[in-house]
Amino acid sequence: MSGAQNQAVISARDLTKRYANTNAVDAISFDIVRGEVFGLLGPNGAGKTTTILMMLGLTDISAGEVSVLGFDPARAPLQVKRRVGYLPDSVGFYDHLTAVENLSYTARLMGLSRAERAARIADALVRVRLVDVAHKRVATFSRGMRQRLGLAEIIVKRAEIAILDEPTSGLDPQATLEFLALIGELKAEGVTVLLSSHLLDQVQRICDRVALFQAGRIVMMGSVADLAVQVLGAGFVVEVEAEGAGIARRLATIPGVTNVETLAADRFRMTADRDVRPEAARVVVAADGLLRRLSVDEPSLEAIYARYFQIRPEGSVRHAA
Amino acid sequence: MRREGSAFAGVGTVFVKELADNLSSVRMLVLELLIVLTALAALYGAIDNLRQNTAEDPFLLLRLFTDSRAPLPSFVAILGFLIPLMAIGLGFDAINSEHNRRTLSRILAQPIYRDALLMGKFLAGLATLGVSLAALWLMVIGLGLIFLGVPPGGEEVARSLVFLVVAIFYAGVWLSLAMLLSIVFRSPATAALVALGVWLFLTVLWPMLAPAFAQVVAPPDPRYTALGLETPDTALWSQMLMRLSPNDLFAEAMTAVLSPTTRTLGAVFLEQLRGALMGAPLPFTESVMIAWPQTVSLIAATIVLFVAGYVLFQRQEVRA
Repeated sequence: MSGAQNQAVISARDLTKRYANTNAVDAISFDIVRGEVFGLLGPNGAGKTTTILMMLGLTDISAGEVSVLGFDPARAPLQVKRRVGYLPDSVGFYDHLTAVENLSYTARLMGLSRAERAARIADALVRVRLVDVAHKRVATFSRGMRQRLGLAEIIVKRAEIAILDEPTSGLDPQATLEFLALIGELKAEGVTVLLSSHLLDQVQRICDRVALFQAGRIVMMGSVADLAVQVLGAGFVVEVEAEGAGIARRLATIPGVTNVETLAADRFRMTADRDVRPEAARVVVAADGLLRRLSVDEPSLEAIYARYFQIRPEGSVRHAA
Repeated sequence: MRREGSAFAGVGTVFVKELADNLSSVRMLVLELLIVLTALAALYGAIDNLRQNTAEDPFLLLRLFTDSRAPLPSFVAILGFLIPLMAIGLGFDAINSEHNRRTLSRILAQPIYRDALLMGKFLAGLATLGVSLAALWLMVIGLGLIFLGVPPGGEEVARSLVFLVVAIFYAGVWLSLAMLLSIVFRSPATAALVALGVWLFLTVLWPMLAPAFAQVVAPPDPRYTALGLETPDTALWSQMLMRLSPNDLFAEAMTAVLSPTTRTLGAVFLEQLRGALMGAPLPFTESVMIAWPQTVSLIAATIVLFVAGYVLFQRQEVRA
C-alpha cells in the first residue's frame, strides 16, 4: 500500500446484480481513486443504489466482483462497513431521540468507547452546524438538518470513503449549497466521496469524475470536460464581445479553436477544445480592439446528458429488461 | 463461506436501546395498566373466595393464581389471554418500522450483522415481558402476604417461579410470531392485524374448532355416547389438536404446576389410578415433569418462529 495518490480504493469488475429476470446492474466496471469525488448519475432505477448496496455488502452480488479498500464486501462486510460511511437516500433517524442520542447509538454500534464517542460527536455536530439543536428531538428537524446529521454520522465514523445516495434531492437551494460545501470539506480532508444523484448541475459542481448510468450499465465515464469532448464534440464555448477590425479572423487563428461564429458586429462565439480566454484577450488587445466581455460557457452535464440520449435513444442501448 | 467477525457484535447495544425504548413507550404503559388492573380484579376475587372458605390447604398461595370467582376468570387464565396481547404489542412493528422510518439501511451500514439487530430486538422484547411478568408475580406474592397473612412455603415459591419461567416462554412464542410478521409485512398495521387475528383464532375459535375436528377424524362411538361418555379416541384427538395452540399448552402447564394434585393432563384410564391417593398433592419435581412437555413445546415454538423470521430477514432486501 504505497503512494496515497492514484490508488484505487474501490474497484469493480463486471459487477452484476440480477433480479428474477432483470439485470438491475449489468456488468459494470470502474475504479475510484483515493481522494476524488466520484458521481454516479442517471435516472431513477438505473442501478445506482443497487451498486452502492453491493459495495457495502448489504445486498448479494450476482456476478463479478468489487473490492472496497482491499476488502471483499461479501466476505468481509464488517471490515468494509468499519471504514465506509453511508448516507442512504432520504435518511431516517429515531424521531423520539435527540440528535446526540441518535449519533451515540450508531457510535456504540461502531464500537467506540464512551469518551471517544462524546468527543467525536461534539466535534461532528460543530462541523455540520447542528450544535444548537444537539439536544433537540430529531422529530423537529427539517430535511436539510437530517441530511447534515447523516453526514455527522460519517464524520463520527472517520470514514475513509463516504457514500452518499441522492444527498441533495428534496433540499431547498440554501440547504443544498450548505450540503455541497460540507462535501467539499470532506474532500479537503482526503475523504473519498462517492455520490449518486440525478441532479446534474450539482454533480457537475463538485464531482471530479462521473459515471453515467443507464438501465444498469455505465454508458459513459470520465471528467465532465472529457465527456463534453466525447459527446458535444468540443469542450468550451467562449463568447467575446469586442470592437475592432478583423477580430473574427484573428480569433480563428488561435490554436485549438475549431469554429468562430459572428453573432453581431461586435459579438463572436468560439468553439474550442480548451479554455482559450487568455489567448482571445491577447488577440483582441493586440489588434487594438476594445474588449468588453469575455465569457465561457462551461460544458454543462445537462447538455451532455441530453445530447447523449438524443444521439442514442434508450432503445438502441442494450435493453436490460 | 465463513463470515468474519462475531455475529453478535452490537447485540448488547441494540438490546439496551430497544429495552429503553420499550420501557419508556406509552404503548407499553397502556398494556401494563390493562394487565395489572385485570389481574388485580381477578386476585381480589380469589382472595375473597379464600377468606370465606378457609379450607385447610397447604398451597394457599398457589390458589391465588388459580382460583376464580364468577364472572372473572382466574389470574392465570387472564394472563393466558393477555400475555399474547402484550407480546404482539411489543413485536408487531419491530422490523417494518425500521424500514418505514428509513433507519434500517443506516443501522446496517454500521459494522454489525443483521443478526445483531434481530437478536437484540428479540431479547429486549423478552426482557421487557420478563420484567413485567416478574412485577406481576411479586404483586401476587405481596397481596397474598398482606391479605392472607400466611407466609409462602418454599415449595409454593418454587412452583410460582416455574409459573414465571413458563409464562416468559409463552410470551416468547407470541413475541417471535409478532416479529416474524413484522418482517413479512411491510406495513405495521397489517402485521398487527394478522397477529391479532392469529391470537383471536387460537384463544377463542380453536378451543371450539378442535373438538369438532376431532369428531371428524375419530367419530364418536355410539356405545360410549349411549352411556353419556366421551369416546376415548375422540377425546385424545381433541386434546392433541387443542395442543397446537400455545394457549392450551400454557394452561396445561400451569394446571400441572400450580395445582399440585394434578396427576395427568390427558385422559385417565382406571388402571392408571390403581394405588393412587386421590386428592394428595404430587411432589414438586413430579409436577414439573408433568408440565415438562408443554414447556418444551413452548420453547421450541419460540425458537422455530424466531428462526423463520431470522431466515426471512437475512434474505430480505434492505432498500425501501
